[in-house]
Amino acid sequence: MKKNLVPLIVLAVLAFFPLAVKDNYYMHLMILFLMWVVIGSAWNLIAGYTGQVSFGDAAFFGSGAYAAGLLSVHLHISAWWGLALGGFAAVAVGLPFGWICFRMRGAYFALATLALNEVMRHSAAIAEGFTGGMVGILIMPSFVSKVPYYYVALGMAVAAVISIQWIVHAKPGYYFVSIREDQDAAESLGINTHYYKMLSLAIAAFWTGVAGSLYMNYMGFIDPDVVFSLHDISIMAILVGIVGGVGTVYGPMVGAFVMVTVQELFRSGFFGLFKYLGTVTGSGTIVSIAETITGAHILGFGILVVVVILVLPNGIVGDWPKIRNAVFRTKPAT
Amino acid sequence: MDVFLQTLVAGVLKGGLYALIGIGMTLIMGVMGIINLAHGQLMMVAMYITYVLHLAGVDPYLSLFVAMPALFLLGAVIQRFLLNPLLKADTILPENQVLMTVGIGMVLTEVVRFIFKSDYKSVTTGYSNATFFLGNISFSMALVISFLIAIGFTVAMFFFLIRTDIGRSIRATAQDKDAAVLMGVNTGRITIITFGIGSGLVAAAGSLLAPVFYVFPDIGGPFTARAFIITILGGLGSTVGAIFGGVTLGLAESFGATYISMEFENIIGMTIFVLVLLFLPGGFKRLTKI
Repeated sequence: MKKNLVPLIVLAVLAFFPLAVKDNYYMHLMILFLMWVVIGSAWNLIAGYTGQVSFGDAAFFGSGAYAAGLLSVHLHISAWWGLALGGFAAVAVGLPFGWICFRMRGAYFALATLALNEVMRHSAAIAEGFTGGMVGILIMPSFVSKVPYYYVALGMAVAAVISIQWIVHAKPGYYFVSIREDQDAAESLGINTHYYKMLSLAIAAFWTGVAGSLYMNYMGFIDPDVVFSLHDISIMAILVGIVGGVGTVYGPMVGAFVMVTVQELFRSGFFGLFKYLGTVTGSGTIVSIAETITGAHILGFGILVVVVILVLPNGIVGDWPKIRNAVFRTKPAT
Repeated sequence: MDVFLQTLVAGVLKGGLYALIGIGMTLIMGVMGIINLAHGQLMMVAMYITYVLHLAGVDPYLSLFVAMPALFLLGAVIQRFLLNPLLKADTILPENQVLMTVGIGMVLTEVVRFIFKSDYKSVTTGYSNATFFLGNISFSMALVISFLIAIGFTVAMFFFLIRTDIGRSIRATAQDKDAAVLMGVNTGRITIITFGIGSGLVAAAGSLLAPVFYVFPDIGGPFTARAFIITILGGLGSTVGAIFGGVTLGLAESFGATYISMEFENIIGMTIFVLVLLFLPGGFKRLTKI
């Protein structure tokens, strides 16, 4: 019981969050946070535990989102069906890809995922008759209030985290880690590495796709550059993974929280701080700084990647003893 | 027939430049075993250097002599201070270096966007639009000059790698790092020089492309993609392979644009990439053995 105390408290806080905070803006941030928890956990499974770094999570995210959107456009059924089918659409993209590309290792596999991402983006843009091309897909959101979306996102995040934790601590999870540590050794012990890498990819793709369909339902609008975006989805997923801590249980959650906050800090110019300072002091310089910062969120991401990899190669959770040591000057437990 | 020949010529000319981009990438990949996803962005920086010098009235082909050393330095600094420290870091994921290059690429793009905004710039010279005819086939003057210079660099690079001491050290490091250290090669320094040379070569490609292409901050991404397609096509770490890969990609793109559709230009590269991985893993290197 004690082991589960912290997650249960976090879950309780999250469950009561909409009752305490009515502000739509913070609800929006929390929904994004929960969505990134799902994507980050999925990325962590394939990259952190199985060691197959994916640069193309957006391919799965976009497949899920487009599955939901296309169902609504072509079959005239609710886009919520996408929540059930989007994950399988992503798996349908992921499995053939994995079957072909898992013969490559390490960085070359990472490159192949990058190529998949680009192929999906261009395909979605070219197939105008089917996907609407660059015009994208627009659907009417089902709810005005953000609360229903919040609880769907919360349920999804909980289901994703629990299922991924379960598989990681079950037999396949140990196979995944053995593949990450030494694929040849794993193979020589009789593990069908190709099969288990596909399994890991399928689960990761499934959850990323589900997150994509939620995005479609919540945002109501997608186009190829949004959902197949290399920077805003694929790189963001990697950042969530590495900032939090690769191959750790709580890493993606911490990472999602930090990254959504950082993204929003840049997008809103430190929550309007500079704009406020600018109007108070009447200084034109500070106002222009505010505008500059708002336009620089990719720059911020880039610098963050560089700094995090240099200083915290194992992420906040993975390098927690190191951080604690540096901040509180205590000796590490080991 | 004329259309066919014209497409062939356009593809080969473009392929020469692609080869130059690919050689830089394949050198870095061969020596350090990492994929440099900031390659196109380094080229973009070189294009902007060319653009700024062009505003000052310097010919794009002369600005090669500024862009190449500048990018050599930039590449060396990146390798020395950002990539080499990662070798010592203790981490689960060896792909951290690749991620790092992604971060560097993002920073380069955004810093340039900061300075020059997202506008399309062009470096127009007297020969940008000049053409000459051989039979019915038109040759773009700028592309032909670029092609010749690119071939020059490629040949020079080849002799540098085969004949000089540094070149031999680079090849030794690429073959077996530990053995190279035992033979007295300072591999740390070699990686820095290699990344510098790779950046310098792609800078040359950037300066040569500037007169025939638009210059804008996001141009890096597509060229990074092309660079790794070329490298995979040619075989990892193979210089000759990079030349074949570059010309193949150039031809595929121009034939695709002529006979299928302009829209598919980007997808054709990716399709070749997947086909090569399926049917010829190891690329042309498997055929040429160099």
